[in-house]
Amino acid sequence: MKFLPLIWSNLRRKRVRTIFTLLSILVAFLLFGYLGAVRSAFDIGVQIAGVDRLVLTHKVSIILPLPLSYLDRIEQVPGVTDVAHASWFGGIYQDPKNFFAQIAVDPERYLRLYPEFLLPEEQKKAWLADRTGAICGKYLADRYKWKIGDRIPLTASVWQKKDGSNSWEFTLDGIYTGATPSTDVTQFLFHYKYLDEARVRRNGMVGWYIVRIAHPDQAPQMADKIDALFANSDNETKTSTEKAFMQGFAKQVGNIGAIITSILSVVFFVILLVAGNTMMQSVRERVTELAVLKTVGFSNGLILTLVLCESLLIAGIGGLLGLGLARFLIGFGDPTNGALPIFLMPAESVLTGAAFVVLLGLATGMLPALQAMRLQVVQSLRRG
Amino acid sequence: MQRMVNWLVQVYAVGLLNLRTLPQRFGSSAATVVGVAGVVTVFIAVLSIGEGFRATLAQTGSPETALVMRTGADTELMSLVSQEDSRIVEDAPGIGRGSHGPQASPEMLVLVDVPMVSTGTDANVPLRGVTPVAFEVRRNLKIYAGRNFVPGRNEIIVGAGAVREFVGLQVGDVKRWGKTDWTVVGLFSDGGSVAESEIWADLNVLQGAYNRGTIVSDVYARLTSADDFDKFKAALTTDPRLSVRVVRETEYFAEQSVFLTNLVTGLGYLIAAMMGIGAVFGAINTMYSAVAARTREIATLRALGFGGGPVVISVIVESILLALAGGLVGGTIAYIVFNGYHASTINWQSFSQVAFAFRVTPLLLIQGFFYSVVIGLAGGLFPAVRAARTSVAAALREL
Amino acid sequence: MSPATIGQSQESAAGAEVAGALVRVRDVHKVYTRGSERIDVLQGVNLEVPRGDFVALMGPSGSGKTTLLNLLAGLDRPSGGSVQVGEDHIDKMGEGELARWRSHHVGFVFQLYNLLPTLTAERNVELPLLLTSLSAGDRKRHVAAALAVVGLADRGKHFPRQLSGGQEQRVAIARAIVADPTLLLCDEPTGDLDRKSEEEILDLLQALNREHGKTIVMVTHNAHAASRARRIVYLNKGQLQSEAMQ
Repeated sequence: MKFLPLIWSNLRRKRVRTIFTLLSILVAFLLFGYLGAVRSAFDIGVQIAGVDRLVLTHKVSIILPLPLSYLDRIEQVPGVTDVAHASWFGGIYQDPKNFFAQIAVDPERYLRLYPEFLLPEEQKKAWLADRTGAICGKYLADRYKWKIGDRIPLTASVWQKKDGSNSWEFTLDGIYTGATPSTDVTQFLFHYKYLDEARVRRNGMVGWYIVRIAHPDQAPQMADKIDALFANSDNETKTSTEKAFMQGFAKQVGNIGAIITSILSVVFFVILLVAGNTMMQSVRERVTELAVLKTVGFSNGLILTLVLCESLLIAGIGGLLGLGLARFLIGFGDPTNGALPIFLMPAESVLTGAAFVVLLGLATGMLPALQAMRLQVVQSLRRG
Repeated sequence: MQRMVNWLVQVYAVGLLNLRTLPQRFGSSAATVVGVAGVVTVFIAVLSIGEGFRATLAQTGSPETALVMRTGADTELMSLVSQEDSRIVEDAPGIGRGSHGPQASPEMLVLVDVPMVSTGTDANVPLRGVTPVAFEVRRNLKIYAGRNFVPGRNEIIVGAGAVREFVGLQVGDVKRWGKTDWTVVGLFSDGGSVAESEIWADLNVLQGAYNRGTIVSDVYARLTSADDFDKFKAALTTDPRLSVRVVRETEYFAEQSVFLTNLVTGLGYLIAAMMGIGAVFGAINTMYSAVAARTREIATLRALGFGGGPVVISVIVESILLALAGGLVGGTIAYIVFNGYHASTINWQSFSQVAFAFRVTPLLLIQGFFYSVVIGLAGGLFPAVRAARTSVAAALREL
Repeated sequence: MSPATIGQSQESAAGAEVAGALVRVRDVHKVYTRGSERIDVLQGVNLEVPRGDFVALMGPSGSGKTTLLNLLAGLDRPSGGSVQVGEDHIDKMGEGELARWRSHHVGFVFQLYNLLPTLTAERNVELPLLLTSLSAGDRKRHVAAALAVVGLADRGKHFPRQLSGGQEQRVAIARAIVADPTLLLCDEPTGDLDRKSEEEILDLLQALNREHGKTIVMVTHNAHAASRARRIVYLNKGQLQSEAMQ
């Protein structure tokens, strides 16, 4: 502690430079925060995936429907503990830009499959009793300022009603929250019965099935067993773990996602490199002073520690401010005008970010610190 | 006038002084150039993704072609049109005529899973069923390898983008989707349009394979002239037998590019802004050390009667020149590396894959250079003002 | 002339111990190699400095004065021979040990003062005390005392750039004596000062020697400065040549 004024005085040596170095590091970690958010947006739901859930889709394409009658047959497969079905609605809320997942489900089954969707008991009861009722995730409710009891109109792009209209109205009966920070709280869920009874075509068909299995380690065998049930039927199936399904979905973005994230990563490291170089330079500039400290009797270890403390301090202040600012700014939404519907900074970004902060401090401090430590007092004094 | 000349002479003198010390400051000057080059490269690279994507979709469609979809459907995939309805379209006013009669092409669009070359995972590739009229509506379309499919057979032809981005679509390959085997018999190009990302088959065969009866997704209609669109649209939308939406093909595809273009431009500007801040810091550091290295010379000049203005200007000019050099380097790198880079991504609006190439346009390059000038200006300003403000006496004493 | 006899059994100043000199330098050699060239800076130097002595080390440039001083300070180790200060054989110490030893036994004054520009005079003087277990209050008292000795009690809050050269050197001397070292080593302490400041510094060193009993070794090429020491030792081409009593 008594060395603090010494460290502090070095930071104030060239105040402008220290401030710019701090700001560069801040910017780098701000970018790092955005990188995390962008990556998780590209990985739509991969972290959300449950290990004991399988997803069953039409073999030819996810857009083709499967018969509702598959439900009973899947349920009878030994090792399957629960099944739910879901159907994509794809309606428009006010403006096509307002994109979010609207899914027609069997409420009880769906909520059983997704226990991480936390819905207050009385809201759940209200929803189950209300045929045109719907629930939505907290993110959506916040984004569109929906309250329980609101009437929410959606214009269907596919599902025409029997009366010829395309407008569907729902009553918001509940708002669910996530059990963990990575739970998907962007879904809009309503009764499949309402959809199926009112629509003109594809009656008795659903979009996909979600299956819970007793032994996650046997997922591949279970998937084969289920697919075998429907082999050579008109609607063959493709069963995969929820994680693989989500990954496949996310990977459709192709190498664009990889290109953008790798560019962001390169930028992050380049800024760190530049900042790190400045920090090293500032130590190199005072070789004479360090030699004086050694003459006074400061040991090598102590000098190493002092230099490291200094670089850790800069990295720490800049990095933590950057991460904090990222968290704050990302809260205001994505920079792409709604192209990334889920834009949140994942918790792990904060942790890896903090690790990078420490690493930066050590890496930039270590080299000049070692130089300082090895420095021959006699020569450096002569140089000065 | 005399004062103006005098002033310019001063700028020149100070600038020369700065340039002479450049070799001594080579390291930090080079760092600035490299830093700005990096910013500009990334800026142009990211935006070229959006440009390429937009160009592909803009390339698609001609103004005299109209799309007839069901009301409420905002993409072809979500649209359904019956055979009777498509007959009505054939008789609409303004429709062109060709060797097959009215140029109204009923088409059916579905998606099939085909693995991507880049990731190895399945992607949604559009599979389109067409009749011979389709080849009259799309006049740029050419079979460049193999042959066209024979109506009634399970044969497909594959677009140039699709064959590049997805696995197993070469001539002779056989694909099994559902209970049908399809043989690739030809490859086609279409002037870089979205159709190049697609696979085409005979409409009737596809309808059979999907149990669609006679239902199609939509109708592509080629009009006698682009000016007939309003007439055509009015006739169909007011027809009581129909419930359809009519859009120009060009508008339809332009609309489809909004999502991804927003994504990459939003990210592009964000990244560039942040990097720019970093580069400005770098430039400021460089120029500070540049000014510091010359404190005494500058002070001497000021003592001799040079004004503060020339000092400020010369420092800023140097900073801008360094940044512009970086901008040129960055623009060149971006052009060489990214122009024409092939990629494929999902278009969330149509839920299907689009193959396209990155495009580094002249406008992007100009934007990049402009940005580098801004960085140079911002980086030079502080140190310049500081150099001009430093008291002459103090600076002379300093060394 | 045999260098081995020089400086032996010299009765020096009043108050100095007769037996057992504080500093014993025995047959010290120092060789530097610059590229393939071998430079014999010191060639068998013998020197004894009794406690309470004030020795001026003179000689032309390149004679090895500063090298010898650095050896005494434990900043460098001899290529041959031994250097003993008190009971400590500093030629046999490792780097860490030397650093610790320096902090207890040596105060060093540089020609260019070498104050840390970012620290106030007080903080500069405090540096050696940071290596001790003294409390903040004790450190403050010691610093104040040292600054008082050099006559700068009122300049503690000033930064080096706000002081004159002579004042800076006095702060440097305060830093050198604050931890009460056994040995005060000065390398051209007045080399960069004007006449008036030079006198002040020499007065101060003399007072430290006479009134506070500090043992001082001072390298100088200035005969006037050397004349203020108790005795002068001449070094030429790596060997001690003669010495003069004041």
